[in-house]
Amino acid sequence: MSTRERPLSPHLAVYRWQIGNTLSILHRFTGIALAAGFVALCCWLVALAGGERDFAAANRLLASPLGLLCLAGWSAAFFYHLLNGVRHLVWDAGFGFERRQRHASGWAVVAGALLLTAGLWLLARHGAA
Amino acid sequence: MAEFRLPANSRIRKDGKTFAAPAGAKQVRTFRIYRFDPESGENPRIDTYEVDVESCGPMVLDALIKIKNEIDPTLTFRRSCREGICGSCAMNIDGKNGLACVTACADVKGDVRIYPLPHMPVIKDLVPDLTNFYAQYASVKPWLQTRTPAPPDGERLQSKADQEKVDRPSACILCACCSTSCPSYWWNSDRYLGPAALLAAYRWIVDSRDEATGERLDELEDPFRLYRCHTIMNCAEACPKDLNPARAIGEIKRLLAQRQH
Repeated sequence: MSTRERPLSPHLAVYRWQIGNTLSILHRFTGIALAAGFVALCCWLVALAGGERDFAAANRLLASPLGLLCLAGWSAAFFYHLLNGVRHLVWDAGFGFERRQRHASGWAVVAGALLLTAGLWLLARHGAA
Repeated sequence: MAEFRLPANSRIRKDGKTFAAPAGAKQVRTFRIYRFDPESGENPRIDTYEVDVESCGPMVLDALIKIKNEIDPTLTFRRSCREGICGSCAMNIDGKNGLACVTACADVKGDVRIYPLPHMPVIKDLVPDLTNFYAQYASVKPWLQTRTPAPPDGERLQSKADQEKVDRPSACILCACCSTSCPSYWWNSDRYLGPAALLAAYRWIVDSRDEATGERLDELEDPFRLYRCHTIMNCAEACPKDLNPARAIGEIKRLLAQRQH
């Protein structure tokens, strides 16, 4: 009999991505993205305090393709994290644990986040015009 | 701490064996199965078995037994009742935990990939070491605890409504499908009790006859033992008895919150 240490069975790499675990990790990732976005927001406010030239430079940066991509990502992350946070709150209140409810609320959160993000950007476009 | 990569002794070798289907096989399906032989000193590998499913029962367990009987007698797995009540043949099939005896091969698309229950020490092939899992179950004291003397002339009775509260959680067969599907349990199984043990704890907390509810809740009021549950919901997806450990854990959290007021 070998005294070799027992191997650990595969886990993350073999487990199937289902709606529950996918949205759960997405909640984490969007939370991390929002923390970075908060730093960016603070930088923007600091630029505002720094005067006209700094503020214009910050706005140019945010209006660049990369800046717009980041803003789009942060707004989507914000709406997803917000809605999924409400979903967690409902679970904490003791509701929505049945399979059909879990799946429906998950898809509703995804659809809601997409709609709100699209709405925000339409509004921003419209307001700019 | 979360360790996302497998340790060096657990990484899967690329040189698994292939057992081709016999000539004249009518309906061939491919099974890719995790193999680990503790006596070889080698890392785990994936062996490929081509099985003629026309001469085989419908379930994944039927295929495993056919492989063991007819193709490769060294394949090792646990099984007993073959009807979903003993919990022995729990394993990871097609990326999801379940019982091989109640998972139909026809419900799996493409190759049937079979691994042991995830993030567990492997004794051999599909047989994980469940020592820690059972110890965690024992730690919630899964038995009736009373302070008052029993009625002299009979059993401790409960109403039908009270019985219904423990009816479903009591149906747990301790197969470990739920706990080993849970990422929180993967990263913290040394301190987090996991869905199965917490479902058992809940079953006694809500039992109207049990008189240790307060102590049971005290034991669970811990950042790791209970609160590592982040409602990922893999447990409820995986349970072959269609139980809901996630809701039981949510109820325990609610009872703890209510108790503060």
